[in-house]
Amino acid sequence: MSNSAPLLRRIAGAARESIEFELNGQRCSALEGDTVLTAVLTNAAKLRESEFAGAARAGFCLMGACQDCWVRLADGERLRACTTFVEPGMRVRTGP
Amino acid sequence: MTESIDTDVAIIGGGIVGASAALFLRRHGLSVVLLERNLCGAAASGVNYGGVRTQGRAVVQLPLSMRARELWARLPELIGTDGEYVRSGHLKLARSEADLDKLEKYRDEVGAHGLALEIVAGSALRKAYPWLGEQAIAGSLCAGDGHANPRLVSPAFARAARAAGARIVEGCTVTELAATGSGFVVGDGRSITVRSRWLLNCAGAWALELAGRFGDHAPMTSIHPGMAVTESVPRFMDVNVGVEGGGIYGRQTARGNCVMGGSRGAASGSLYAVPTARSIGELCDRMATLFPALAHAHVIRFWSGVEGSLPDHQPVIGPSPTTPQLMHAFGFCGAGFQIGPAVGEALAELVHHGRSRVALDAFAITRFTTPASSIEGAH
Amino acid sequence: MTMSSKSFVVVGAGPAGMRAAEQLVAAGQRPIVVDEGSRHGGQIYRQPPAVLQRERSDLYGFEAARASAVLDRFEALRPQIDYRPETLAWQLETNTLQLLHAGRTRALPFDALILAPGATDRVLPFPGWTLPGVYTLGAAQVALKHQGCLIGPRVVFAGTGPLLYLVAWQYASHGARVAAVLDTARSSAKWLAAPRLLSRPAVAAKGAYFVARLRMMGVAVHGGITLLEAEGGERVTALRWQAGGTAHTTECDAIGFGHGLRSETQLADLAGCAFDYNELEQAWLPRRDAAGRSSVRGVYIAGDGAGILGADAAELSGARAALAALEDLGTAVSAPERAARIERDLQAHVTFRRGLETAFAPPPRWAVDAPDELIVCRCEEVTAGELRACVRDTGTHEMNRLKALTRIGMGRCQGRMCAPGASRLLAHAAGCELREVGRLRGQAPIKPVPIAMLHEQAPSTVVPEDQDD
Repeated sequence: MSNSAPLLRRIAGAARESIEFELNGQRCSALEGDTVLTAVLTNAAKLRESEFAGAARAGFCLMGACQDCWVRLADGERLRACTTFVEPGMRVRTGP
Repeated sequence: MTESIDTDVAIIGGGIVGASAALFLRRHGLSVVLLERNLCGAAASGVNYGGVRTQGRAVVQLPLSMRARELWARLPELIGTDGEYVRSGHLKLARSEADLDKLEKYRDEVGAHGLALEIVAGSALRKAYPWLGEQAIAGSLCAGDGHANPRLVSPAFARAARAAGARIVEGCTVTELAATGSGFVVGDGRSITVRSRWLLNCAGAWALELAGRFGDHAPMTSIHPGMAVTESVPRFMDVNVGVEGGGIYGRQTARGNCVMGGSRGAASGSLYAVPTARSIGELCDRMATLFPALAHAHVIRFWSGVEGSLPDHQPVIGPSPTTPQLMHAFGFCGAGFQIGPAVGEALAELVHHGRSRVALDAFAITRFTTPASSIEGAH
Repeated sequence: MTMSSKSFVVVGAGPAGMRAAEQLVAAGQRPIVVDEGSRHGGQIYRQPPAVLQRERSDLYGFEAARASAVLDRFEALRPQIDYRPETLAWQLETNTLQLLHAGRTRALPFDALILAPGATDRVLPFPGWTLPGVYTLGAAQVALKHQGCLIGPRVVFAGTGPLLYLVAWQYASHGARVAAVLDTARSSAKWLAAPRLLSRPAVAAKGAYFVARLRMMGVAVHGGITLLEAEGGERVTALRWQAGGTAHTTECDAIGFGHGLRSETQLADLAGCAFDYNELEQAWLPRRDAAGRSSVRGVYIAGDGAGILGADAAELSGARAALAALEDLGTAVSAPERAARIERDLQAHVTFRRGLETAFAPPPRWAVDAPDELIVCRCEEVTAGELRACVRDTGTHEMNRLKALTRIGMGRCQGRMCAPGASRLLAHAAGCELREVGRLRGQAPIKPVPIAMLHEQAPSTVVPEDQDD
């Protein structure tokens, strides 16, 4: 599965440590201080597919209220992307 | 201005028992007024686990439960919706040899009464239900059992009764209540007064207060089952699960949410109950242990409800010993959802022609007041 | 002054929570401050992660001095505060909170609880709002402030409220192409509100400044518009909208929208606080007196969690609630002049708030115009048509019954995003006033909690087997 063009556009803090993680099996880069949401959406255009209609979702409120940004890791663990910081080696899955 | 209504039957309580009684009474051509304090199906009938289960019931409840099965099979015809009812089967787990002994003994006992159960153990269990935690060594499968959504089913009975011509009055708290010699007068003291020949006390966990007005009594207390529901997770559980000895039960809906129960909440005022942190902790521990597939799942809601409980774990169903034409049906001990429609039907039959197709002697309220009487076949 | 043995707990570390904590420390207490965030500041003064160094002026614009004052004060008091970041208060029983932190949940008893949970955007959805690239105005701000990102290079901002113009200006100032600013409120409404808005002239002036600057930058600003649809397949590509009978399509990579703010009230609900319908906010809010006391002894509410008054008012009400708690628990000499002064200062904010709600009222025809296909509940994917059908088929006119029958509000967000829209649709379909449909009953956990969360040990209460219907 290829990841499509990113949604978010960085405009500050470029001079930070890079964090390597995996998105749908592909190696990607993020920056220290990125949430998982930022890490994913600066590399791709969705966080998950909705349970019922399978529609692409990419978060909504970014403040831990809407609960639309829960993502799955390769080992089955789940986390709320907008309130969790990305860590090196994280393996994020946005598809089924 | 108080509205005055004359009717054949007044029913207090719009849960699944009262509402189904109203529906069946209408089918017998009797006029009915049902008074409900809140919204129909909003109390225990609407917040229970949703098990539609015969397995595990005392032998004395089997005829009622088997009759209820026939009604559940006709749900869309009766109430206009399937209420998400699925005949998934009920798997009751043994976690020890002692548990298995009990399951086998129960299977033998109920087999003679027409309930067929199949014990699945060892590799057959693991093959059929690979998602069960290691604790489970065997299970008793009741293929005819299942589960449904109480939030849809119970209100639908009230709507069906209304569509059949019953007068359903919600938001009506009964304050006025008396026997008149030829019947009853029931009202809320401000907007409605009902005169009826018959009165059905279907007020659930609050039925004692009404019973007491006529000198009837039962040693009912309230219990508060603690429940939880997870976010939608990929489907893995295809059967309604319980355990011998109680403590955890779970089912997965078609949309993927896992509904779990098996702990106690606490009363919150006289009308509601809330889950306690302690009960939530216990429930989560048991869920995670029995269903490893839920290891990473999140609970999105905990809740509790108020159910009437009697010491012999059997309900009160039947005529008042003190007051002619008064019927009681309450105290279902957390197991009233599946048998509810059959209880409603039985009440309607008793009112209409004096006897019910299912024998109800075992549920007489007099068993609590007559020292010599006892319940046969209590499990 | 001797330290009292009473336990003071503050939930929330935004301006209200921070000032409450400061007041408690000043009275010799060591408050516990429970915060879901990883750094203090709440949402309006949200601080980026420490590794992302940003100038305060860059982050908070005109509010930089205010933000610095309250953020730095809290930081200086940290040694005297038991500050618990990344901690979720997910349940509340009598005098006890349940706190989830790093996968473990523990009970925290309290003598006084000051709830300062703040607010989120009030969302009235429009078709396509669930597409990737469509965010709330608050989210657009968080992306910028906290993560140094734009939600997209070319953004349309829509909805109504002062936040609309603030965020649009912030984005334009940070290099985004703001394709349009679309306000559902009419310009005329703002003139009507002018007298009240002038109760806080500096704030009103800022609002005018943002609009003027946006126009000078060549950004199209329109009022009295109707949002029609966010278009796109896997992500948003344009916004279709209408003004004066003419439809327009504005291409974009992202949309930021919102219609004002809504209070977070779940903990107040679990605490058993009485709620009243507030005509101005068009929402049910926990009752509080002028000092911030709720209807429940020992529970206080400060900041936007019991009605939207903004950050400056939140600082005042946080301090005032702390004074009330200290006095009620008999742990401090009362300060009646200071309390009275705070309450007087708060009054100007209330007046201003009335002006804002007049100027930026949510679109009154929203429920009428919402098409049947519109997804109202994004968690459970329930449409406006399904809600209307339920009302038609069952005669439902109450929110909790609507939830039971249609699943609206049954998902992970517990109605935070959908309740404003759903309640308006219900009221319209049932032919009654908004207040008459009631509000969704709060239930624990107020946000999803992991099944695997480790609990304190507790003895077992097994349910006998036949009690499992």
